[in-house]
Amino acid sequence: MTPDETADRLRRALARDLDAGFAEVVRVHGDVVHSVARALTARAADAEDLAAESLLRAYRALRGYDAGRVAALAVRPWLLTIVRNAARNSARDASRRPAPPPAFDPVEPASEIAGPAQEALRADDRRQLTAALAALPEPQRSAVVLRHVVGLPTAEVAQVLGCAGGTAKSHVSRGLRRLRTLLTEPADTGAAQRVSVSGRSAP
Amino acid sequence: MNDSLLSALAGLAAPAPATLPGRVFTGWTSAPSRLGDVFVAVTAHGVQFVRPAGSADEFAAAYRDRFDRPLRRLDRLPAGVGPALRGRAGRPPLDLHALSDFERDVLAATARIPAGQTRPYGWVAREAGRPRAVRAVGTVLARNPVPLLVPCHRVVRADGAAGDYMFGPARKDALLRDEGANLDEVAALARGGVHYLASDTTGIVCFPTCRDARRITPAHRHGFPTVAAAVAAGYRPCRTCRPAA
Repeated sequence: MTPDETADRLRRALARDLDAGFAEVVRVHGDVVHSVARALTARAADAEDLAAESLLRAYRALRGYDAGRVAALAVRPWLLTIVRNAARNSARDASRRPAPPPAFDPVEPASEIAGPAQEALRADDRRQLTAALAALPEPQRSAVVLRHVVGLPTAEVAQVLGCAGGTAKSHVSRGLRRLRTLLTEPADTGAAQRVSVSGRSAP
Repeated sequence: MNDSLLSALAGLAAPAPATLPGRVFTGWTSAPSRLGDVFVAVTAHGVQFVRPAGSADEFAAAYRDRFDRPLRRLDRLPAGVGPALRGRAGRPPLDLHALSDFERDVLAATARIPAGQTRPYGWVAREAGRPRAVRAVGTVLARNPVPLLVPCHRVVRADGAAGDYMFGPARKDALLRDEGANLDEVAALARGGVHYLASDTTGIVCFPTCRDARRITPAHRHGFPTVAAAVAAGYRPCRTCRPAA
């Protein structure tokens, strides 16, 4: 099924029965919603909170939409716009509270170490990359996540960011450039000196 | 551009945990209860909404208007919910997140009333920390999201009458009698202006439905219209049923 056919099927399901249609939306797009939430948050538990919160916001918005609005809905970019806004709101709220001690971060499961070298991402590489992503300014950060973590086409990235396609493309490439710099530069603590994910050192 | 940064970014993708849909959807099903068949809505935190079974569409509409969350069918109830609805012991977890602090306090006080006993609305107001909010207690209990699990049928009028119930006064009367409440005796006492019973052997004054009050033998039993009158006569309020002044 092409993305267009999927979107059309979801729109018709939502129009037929909002709750059953929304269950289908969560089944089809739950992974992409969670992946974006995971890339935009520091801890796995926060990612599930953010994904659940975003999906509830989406459902509540749908309750207020008339049939015409549902029929015209670009489901996936619309959902990801909600995730992005929710992430920015919770980041703003979190900045008003002291951060929890990093020692309490759960260790990523061992299964992530196994698997093909190309896809396996070691826990500290993942943390390092997430931290570098967090250091990117918006909208570069969202642009990189949408384009390269979940593989959205540039046109859809532009829809989520609410900008022109060319602008989205430039946010992505500037974001990537900045990420490489962040991952190569030695951090003050020295902990970020490993450059295995920067593309410049072979494993 | 197929470099290792891009594959590392792609490696950040993390499928949704199996628990995610349960954090978004509320499960609902029907179950037998002391009120006949009821519809029950359950979130990841606990039971959120109980209403008599009827039209599923009406139940869903009432649920969504109140809680604004999507519903999906549940295969079976979480452990403990079924027995509690049928009147067996046990207190399954409740999801009262959508309520105000006052509403939660009212339901918490109501949940402490033992089976077969009753308390007036004013008692609940005092126990909830807002002694003057008697009418507000009535309003909260009239829309109790979890009847039976929070036994709002055990809250009665100060004059001894059973008062209203969300499913009708007859149901309230039947539930209380089924629990062994001495409703006829309480009504007879109320007609004589007696709302509290004291024992001259223990020197304690109780609500007439209190387990301790029901053990007082007629020779040692004294009725009072108010707790203040009993206190003036030298009695102290029971620490179990905590009669209000």
